Amino acid sequence: MSKKEIVAMLLAGGKGTRLGVLTKNIAKPAVPFGAEYRLIDFPLSNCTNSGIDTVGVLTQYEPLVLNSYIGNGSSWDLDRRDGGVTVLPPYLRETGGSWYKGTADAIYQNINYIDLYDPDYILVLSGDHIYKMDYSRMLAQHKQWNAEASIAVMEVPWEETNRFGIMNTDDKCQIKEFQEKPEEPKSNLASLGIYIFNWPLLKDYLESDAQNEDSAHDFGKNIIPAMLGEQRKVFAYNFDGYWKDVGTIKSYWETHMDLLAEKNKGLNLFDRSWVISSVNPNRPPQFVSRTATISHSMINKGTKICGKVENSVIFFGVEIEEGAVIKDSVIMPNVTIEEGAYVNKTIMGQDSIVKDNARIGVGETQEFDITVIGEGETISNGKIIEHGSVIG
Amino acid sequence: MNNVMGIINNNPQGISLKEITAHRSLASTPIAARHRLIDFPLSNMVNSGIKNVGILLESRFRSLLDHIGPGKAWGLDTKQDGLFLLPPAHIYGNNQIYKGDIENLYTNLDYLHRSTQEYVIVAYPFIVCNLNYRKAFNHHIKTGADITVIYKDLETMHRDSHYTTIKTDSEEKVLDMKVNPDTRKETRVSLKRYIMKKDILLEIIDNCVSTGQWDFEKNGIASHLSHYDVRAFPAFDYIAITGSVSEYYRRNMEMLQPDIFNNLFEGIGPIFTKPKDEAATKYTTNSKVNNLLAANGCYIDGEVESSVLFRGVKIHHGARVKNSIIMQKSEVKENAVLENVIIDKNVRINPGKELRGDPAFPLIIEKGSVI
Repeated sequence: MSKKEIVAMLLAGGKGTRLGVLTKNIAKPAVPFGAEYRLIDFPLSNCTNSGIDTVGVLTQYEPLVLNSYIGNGSSWDLDRRDGGVTVLPPYLRETGGSWYKGTADAIYQNINYIDLYDPDYILVLSGDHIYKMDYSRMLAQHKQWNAEASIAVMEVPWEETNRFGIMNTDDKCQIKEFQEKPEEPKSNLASLGIYIFNWPLLKDYLESDAQNEDSAHDFGKNIIPAMLGEQRKVFAYNFDGYWKDVGTIKSYWETHMDLLAEKNKGLNLFDRSWVISSVNPNRPPQFVSRTATISHSMINKGTKICGKVENSVIFFGVEIEEGAVIKDSVIMPNVTIEEGAYVNKTIMGQDSIVKDNARIGVGETQEFDITVIGEGETISNGKIIEHGSVIG
Repeated sequence: MNNVMGIINNNPQGISLKEITAHRSLASTPIAARHRLIDFPLSNMVNSGIKNVGILLESRFRSLLDHIGPGKAWGLDTKQDGLFLLPPAHIYGNNQIYKGDIENLYTNLDYLHRSTQEYVIVAYPFIVCNLNYRKAFNHHIKTGADITVIYKDLETMHRDSHYTTIKTDSEEKVLDMKVNPDTRKETRVSLKRYIMKKDILLEIIDNCVSTGQWDFEKNGIASHLSHYDVRAFPAFDYIAITGSVSEYYRRNMEMLQPDIFNNLFEGIGPIFTKPKDEAATKYTTNSKVNNLLAANGCYIDGEVESSVLFRGVKIHHGARVKNSIIMQKSEVKENAVLENVIIDKNVRINPGKELRGDPAFPLIIEKGSVI
């Protein structure tokens, strides 16, 4: 293997508990997103677009769909003669073996993989964030400032700081203090879970962290605080683009609504200079019948639209029959919505069926009012499902 | 079907789609929102289990090569067999012209000799259909014919199209075959899918070359009906012959009918094409649509009725598009009006322009134009 300047390690083993039924059978990074993609398409495409051609994907929870989706990486041009994408599940060694105990432990257990490429830097990414970022710019700053570690940060609204890891920096952007989900934040710079480390240094920290039985083996909780404690040169990299953690039902739905918003409040997926690639299933063109009405929506190929679609995101393979009404919803792949059915503010899991005249997302609006239908569910004829229900 | 190889024959046989084929081969002509003509015969072959396909290139094949690449989309990027691009003879000499498919085959005899399959299916890309060759092939073996031609009985024939008609006896033996005759007595039309032993193809090539004849269908088959036992095998599914501009236009419009769309795309097997990463098509609050086929990456802020939109087409606010075909990345600006128009790739129609063709004579706007 030839030497690589930088190797990306993509953490994709999470269960995504907060997404509930949407991650019953698949890992969070494999959750469908934006009519055409799965979450992992974003970091993988960002790597390719940033010129990073060696990516290790750390899998653990329900890896089947994710593994087959990644395949040999050709969808993201990561089927390289040298490098490319490698799926890294936990494995047994002569001395035994264990599941990945934390984000840092996952990297620690794959030191051999990283050392194959003898990289100067390691980029650590999460598989469940929606954003477009040029990592080569972050690396340029890292090198220019002679940093030992860099953490991408973004200003978040002050009232949301208690959801994030908050970085307190000096006037030269050097990080002095880290507060995990603070009640009394000193700044509003949130960590985006994107790190660059000098590999030899990170390796030392990972090895000593692995010896510490009290450690949670987590980057945010253990590795970064340990580096800050020893006055390592840890810098913030300011990111001002669109970034969204889609780890909850609410944020998952909101991110889709952002995509639909006029003036591109969300991500511009039409930008040909930063294409987000996907496995891109082969499907016929979308067919819109004479009975269809479509407004303010995104609709993928391989769909048949004969009903009314309003303010919704429709994935491939979806059929919406005559007289059906879809409003403010996200309809995942291969869903069928039969005649006269009504679907309001709902996330429909893939392969599910809504039978004739069923009504989903109706009744008194509750505070948390997004309805979620899990993968492969059938909603029978004329059935009524109230706002905020979760089926599956 | 391991014992069958495929040849896609790009001999245009005089067919021209005017400006649409001015800079691309017939085979790479866009059709049905996200396809090219060649997607159909190529997908039919791989869906039938054929693993070795040779494509005869004519001239202007840049866009075809771009589309096909290593054949990955069709699963033909394999070490054994796979996809073979067979360049025409005339590019090797000075001032030579394309004589015909026979010369093209003759130049690539090595490929035919080296292929291990005993049988070959020759298909022309300008007839679009979704068929599986297994039945026809089994029939070919059962009848012991030298050559089997797949045909369809057409109810209506159009004056301006291109047909190879056949006349058969009660046992489906082909008695007469004419390539695009002026007077049409027969309603049975060859789908230009021919099944035969590779040895017979080699014999036809040899016969034609040694007598100075260059058209496989005319000189190799139609004029040798007494020499070879040629049998016909019927097809019943939808077919689209794109033998002229108005036929091409009519066929695209026809695919907007649900039953035809379903027959073509949800029938025998999937139709593969070169994938391109594009976001889903976006409809704004102003969009008004009624019956369309659309690829991904489009932006629709205006009105579209009974039209076919290829990848990345933009229809801006107040624009009205009706009964039209708009190819990749073309843009219709604010308040422009289009009716019965075929717009090639990368065209821009400026605000307020009005362009109208006739359903029988659609207006074609050349690739890259700004109007």
